[in-house]
Amino acid sequence: MAIKTEDYLGISDYKVIGSRPIRHDGVDKVTGRAIYGTDLNLPDMLYAKVLRSPHAHARVLSIDTSKAAALPGVKAVVTGADLVESAEDELADLGEEVVRIKDMCAAVLAHEKVLFQGYPVAAVAASNVHIAEEALDLITVKYEVLPHVLDVREAMKDDAPKVHEDQKTKSLGEQTDKISNISSHFRTELGDIKKGFEEADIIIEREFKTEMVHQGYIEPQNATVHWNADGVINVWCSNQGAFGVRDQLAKILGVPVSKIKVVPLEIGGGFGGKIKTYLEPIAAVLSKKTGHPVKMIMTRTEVLQATGPTSGSWIRVKMGVTKDGKMVAAEGELVYESGAFAGSPVGAGARNMLAPYNIPNATVDGYDVTVNKPSTSAYRAPGTTNAVYALEVVVDELAEALGLDPIEFRLMNSAKEGTRRADGPVNKRIGHVECLEAVKNSEHYRSELKGKNVGRGVASGFWGNGGGVSSASASVNADGTINLVEGSTDIGGTRTSIAMQMAEVLGIKVENIRPQVGDTDSVGYTGVTGGSRTTFATGWAAYKCALDIQEQMCARAAIMWEISEDDIEFDQGVFRSKSDPSKSITFKGLAAKLDSTGGPVMGRATVKPSGAGGAFAIVLVDVKVDVETGKVEILRASIFQDVGKAIYPPYVEGQMQGGVAQGIGWALNEEYVYDEKGRLRNASLLDYRMPTCLDLPMIETHIIEVPNPGHPYGVRGVGEVPIVPPPAAVANAIYRAIGVRINDLPMAPDRVLKALWAKNGGVNGKA
Amino acid sequence: MPKVFIPSLMRKLTQNREMVEIEGSTLREVINNLELQYPGFKARVLFAEETRLAPGLAAAIDGVITEEGLRTRVSPDCEIHFVTQISGG
Repeated sequence: MAIKTEDYLGISDYKVIGSRPIRHDGVDKVTGRAIYGTDLNLPDMLYAKVLRSPHAHARVLSIDTSKAAALPGVKAVVTGADLVESAEDELADLGEEVVRIKDMCAAVLAHEKVLFQGYPVAAVAASNVHIAEEALDLITVKYEVLPHVLDVREAMKDDAPKVHEDQKTKSLGEQTDKISNISSHFRTELGDIKKGFEEADIIIEREFKTEMVHQGYIEPQNATVHWNADGVINVWCSNQGAFGVRDQLAKILGVPVSKIKVVPLEIGGGFGGKIKTYLEPIAAVLSKKTGHPVKMIMTRTEVLQATGPTSGSWIRVKMGVTKDGKMVAAEGELVYESGAFAGSPVGAGARNMLAPYNIPNATVDGYDVTVNKPSTSAYRAPGTTNAVYALEVVVDELAEALGLDPIEFRLMNSAKEGTRRADGPVNKRIGHVECLEAVKNSEHYRSELKGKNVGRGVASGFWGNGGGVSSASASVNADGTINLVEGSTDIGGTRTSIAMQMAEVLGIKVENIRPQVGDTDSVGYTGVTGGSRTTFATGWAAYKCALDIQEQMCARAAIMWEISEDDIEFDQGVFRSKSDPSKSITFKGLAAKLDSTGGPVMGRATVKPSGAGGAFAIVLVDVKVDVETGKVEILRASIFQDVGKAIYPPYVEGQMQGGVAQGIGWALNEEYVYDEKGRLRNASLLDYRMPTCLDLPMIETHIIEVPNPGHPYGVRGVGEVPIVPPPAAVANAIYRAIGVRINDLPMAPDRVLKALWAKNGGVNGKA
Repeated sequence: MPKVFIPSLMRKLTQNREMVEIEGSTLREVINNLELQYPGFKARVLFAEETRLAPGLAAAIDGVITEEGLRTRVSPDCEIHFVTQISGG
């Protein structure tokens, strides 16, 4: 059910937005010409590798690099001592976020302790990668192995091994004196939870567990850095934000921001995992020592062991409903592992989990807990998939207990415009009801599901979306084309969706705009490509930049016709005199006359918009369970998502499908598996099992457009919310197929079989 | 006056009041006035140098997370919520 944009924004007819042009980067991508980080080669370049900890938790007693340094072909060896170590526990404001410098530096190369298997300890630069690898074997590290902790609830106990010996729990800014692996605790409260449960006729309480999972981007982390003799550091890397890399490097290396230039190369997936720097600081120090450019590429094992996955978690959900189906109380307890350093996405989980519903009494407690695993990073709708999985399974149980259709139950309790959310604020215009109605009326939902051990499940999800800083500049060429430079790394095809917003304003074809992602010296500050903010915020920058061009071009028309600027109007790519209809000229025609009316026209804009509209998605899946093996097959999957306004529908559909595919990976296969010594046992894509095209049907996309009144074209972020509902939808489908609820992710064959055996009283019904 | 909803773990400072009405035309003024009435509030919600909100904290004005920081203008009848900051992937 589409809501017409003009109902909100007064736009009756889009010329460019909503169309499906050929993407600007398409030819380079499909012909293999696009330049990724690993493609870059510079003269006199060295190659570097990292020595990593074999232990989950140990004190570094000594590092002897002398034999490695003496190996022919080795040019430099570095350890943590070569990096600036922040003695003070200082917080640094990096614009997008505030970070603890001590943690940021300690994560690059070990200073005193290693905190997980794969922790970087030393690095070698050599004339080729094989010599660098050989040299790693010649480095001797003496460790004092310490007790480790992997389980998030074990880590909360007073007698658990402490990942950090000086970490004390903070409660919403209030520092406690207790040394603990719990780095922070917060609570959101709405209404009176005790009274809410007293009003409930049915109360269901369940506990859930999810495992650490990785973003699974295909391109590994890579970086090439040249620390020039004049002190300027040039960086080429694959990252979600060039300016973020620059900021992090400036703090870690202790150099001015202006001395660092970061050139973003094409990126082979990120999903939040390519925001932190891992290799860049090491390559920089090695380059400074050698005077050569230094290139580093992680192996897949390094990516899985040592970059930031997202949190495993333990979650408790308790919900109460009246007998006529009204949700009256919800209580959540979210315990998220943050890995080696504080900073899990538990806050996002807490804020987003109850967003689809109108629940007058709600309490959510969140705990951020350090464990001896890799430090977590953002991952598509960070923290929210875990929490919504737990919530939506309980919602499904409640619908069943009430004898209600799961969509009808959700519609009865859906959040709307004006609903007060569990975290406090009141909703602006949102599209959850429209998504539910679309599911209800869909052919998929109405179709009959036939066969044995088959089931259909549904779940809702929400993501808040982000705003942030974005910049764009553009030059008008004499032939009427435009070169647009914007600051957002293009992960999901945003060059085109940003350029389309400029084209819409100027009334020209998007093919006449050539969008490029600028380096940090050639475009204004732009935040990371993350938080589903890029088409919203950088698109807004392009929109504003286009208005700047339009205004300047109006002035040029006035000069050309020797009339007042007030007499010029612009509509659909044509400049006209309001008083003399004979005076009109197209954008292209006027572009040819810029030289004679004052020289080139350049537009520019920087924005930091509030008003990013939240997005809802609902996923519907049909599954078939093999009760002999426990394998779950996805027969059919559909997603219904409020996207605000789909600027470039093919990318929107791609994001929806990609998110569902990842969510199904969470649901059925993906997990970090550790042994008793804290070693990751499945650090390869053979053993860390992501779904492939052989595991999935074509995912059916249903775009719902409830325009966001907080954006000129009604855009809502689309990239993150599609990953949120699938695990719960699959869990609910499995229940309907075989009658068992599985409250742990992933629902891999072993867990499915165990659940079946538990239901049946043992294997083949025998205990 | 703007209505400020107090996060539950900070209600010790406000004698368990969930919502207080405080004068101010910007978010900074509101927080400064809260500090006068409820000492200790500022230290809980602001970054050390008082240039921005504390790490991990965001402010929602009438349901919209503000990107303008402490200088955000607030209307006399607005609602202000302090919520956990979310960063995406």
